[in-house]
Amino acid sequence: MAIANVLLVDDEVGFVETITRRLTKRDLDIVAAYNGEEALEQLKKHSSIEIVILDVKMPGMDGIETLGAIKKDHPLVEVIMLTGHATVESAIEGMKMGAYDYLMKPCDMDILMSKVKEAAAKTRKHEEKIIEARMKEISTRRAY
Amino acid sequence: MDQNQQIAKAKYKALFRNRMLTIIIVSFTPMILISSIILYQFYTSYHEKVYAHLGTIVKKHKRNIDSFLNEKLGNIRFIARTFSFEELSDESFLQDRLVTLQQEFNHVFVDIGVINEQGTQVSYAGPFKLGKALYSEADWFQKAMESEYVISDVFFGLRGLPHFIIAVRENHNGRDWILRSTIDFVAFNNLVENIRIGETGFAFILNREGKFQTKTLLDILPEKIPCMDFIKNGRKISKEGICITEGVDDSGEKYIYVGAFLKGGDWLLMFRQRSSDAFSDFRSAVSVTLAIILLGGLGIISMAFILTKMTVKRISQVEQKKRMMNEQIIETGKLASVGELAAGIAHEINNPVAIMVEEAGWIEDLLEEEEFKEGENLGEFKRALNQIRAQGHRCKEITHKLLSFARKTDSRVKDLNINNVIDELVTLSEQRAKYSKVIMETSLQDNLPNIKASETELQQVFLNLINNAIDAMEKEGGTISIKSRLDGKDVVIDLADNGPGIPQANLLRIFDPFFTTKPVGKGTGLGLSICYGIIKKMGGEISVESNVGTGTTFHVYMPLPGDEEDQD
Repeated sequence: MAIANVLLVDDEVGFVETITRRLTKRDLDIVAAYNGEEALEQLKKHSSIEIVILDVKMPGMDGIETLGAIKKDHPLVEVIMLTGHATVESAIEGMKMGAYDYLMKPCDMDILMSKVKEAAAKTRKHEEKIIEARMKEISTRRAY
Repeated sequence: MDQNQQIAKAKYKALFRNRMLTIIIVSFTPMILISSIILYQFYTSYHEKVYAHLGTIVKKHKRNIDSFLNEKLGNIRFIARTFSFEELSDESFLQDRLVTLQQEFNHVFVDIGVINEQGTQVSYAGPFKLGKALYSEADWFQKAMESEYVISDVFFGLRGLPHFIIAVRENHNGRDWILRSTIDFVAFNNLVENIRIGETGFAFILNREGKFQTKTLLDILPEKIPCMDFIKNGRKISKEGICITEGVDDSGEKYIYVGAFLKGGDWLLMFRQRSSDAFSDFRSAVSVTLAIILLGGLGIISMAFILTKMTVKRISQVEQKKRMMNEQIIETGKLASVGELAAGIAHEINNPVAIMVEEAGWIEDLLEEEEFKEGENLGEFKRALNQIRAQGHRCKEITHKLLSFARKTDSRVKDLNINNVIDELVTLSEQRAKYSKVIMETSLQDNLPNIKASETELQQVFLNLINNAIDAMEKEGGTISIKSRLDGKDVVIDLADNGPGIPQANLLRIFDPFFTTKPVGKGTGLGLSICYGIIKKMGGEISVESNVGTGTTFHVYMPLPGDEEDQD
């Protein structure tokens, strides 16, 4: 089983391809998207996606807008922002909007991996808690 | 640039000339106009005054002479009418009358004689032995026989001395006889000789033929005197019988002539004075006026010169400032667009660099697989990949710094660690410093408290100071050392170079706007004044110390946040 299901969103095709290869090699399940709209479609298609790695600066729907849309429809999905220097402010803005963390391009693979793992752990913990709550609810009903 | 300077120089020269000419013309025109009008009025009235004065004198003397002649004529007529022809024919009786007359009139009467109608002298009393002289041919005798009396012109006659005669005709038993007396010429002459005005004014009398009836002081010829016109044509005679005219003699000297007829128009009393003498007061007044005008003119010209020079200097300074400001604006605009361009490029480069680094990382990942582990060049691959990653990160550093610097000036105040700002700037400037053989050293005190300032503005200040230091040491090379320390309630940054130093005279002015010692076009003279403004705005202080030959040190004092609040 993969460590985590990840959606990678960046308009730079070369970057997406390379990172996909590297992350796949590190046992992650990667789905790629090259703009905001595509990312939202992929999320709808693949409900197993737990983490989104999102570039801030993209043509059309930019990273911040995409983040807003993701958090609205998929609140349990964690988002890691990826940014160049000029958009640090937007990354911080993203953090305020509920992004898990942000990383600067080019980023160190180990750091990226650890962030993904942390985020995945957090998502799973969330999911576990939800399942636990539901189990409780069911067992309570049965007791009656 | 040289050509531009020459054009500017020519422009200011023309401006100077035009301004000066305008001031001079505007000042001189009314002065000359008013002076000329006043002088002309003065000249006219002074002329009138002089003429009136001379006219009055001549009129007075004309009356004197006329009354003298009338009085003498009256005396002779009185004797002729009082005494009979027989009585007067007696020489001893006649002698008595002469003595009486002489006693009465101070020897004005020289002699007296009785002449019958044939012109023979019947009796005579006087100093000359004239006896029975015959006057039938004499001009005066003939005139006397025609009219009741005659006053003759001056003539020499039988006695050979200048004299004139007063003769009165009377009738005795149907026969005419004449009582004649000679008037002392000296006594008469004195009447005229006494008229003296100024240095050259004197009077004389002429008869109808233009012959002198008195002695003249100068050798003047009656023909040269325009008064002959009065006699011949009776021109220019005023109401009072006075005529004034001007004439020029052979030597070109101008004279004023004042004339009045005497003796019922037979004689002409003439007064002559040199024009320059009569108008000497006027001339001195004119000289004084001219001297004042000359001095005033000199004053106007020198004031015009000084004022114009000052104005043109001021204009050139203002234009210079304007030009520099324009240059600065253009420079700032250029910098801003270069900054934007750099930011764009930096951002665009960042993506390919990221991909390159990731690709290198991918190769690295692949090298971990078993099949490559035994490769003989594995070590070399890893070294090369490390190098790619390291250089990729270096690229990232460079673009990040460029981006952070090129971002639009952000004057927002935030908490800053001054050491970070300095470190960043040193990294940015090191390359340029290396080309100028300048070494940069830092000695930054650890754990400095944060200050409140705008990062970009602070960057601008230190970059400016660093650039100035590098510029100063460009030729010889040297060291820039930057120290940060805590001094009381201030964070102090000392930026020292060991360049050529700043002369004392310039040291006082280096924070003045537009003061620069850099060549034209290189520096605007605004850098340090802007630094000064920024530091002051932040509540800090900037000072400089410098010794020629040893170097220059700038001290920047930035207050700690608590302090600033106190100040606020």
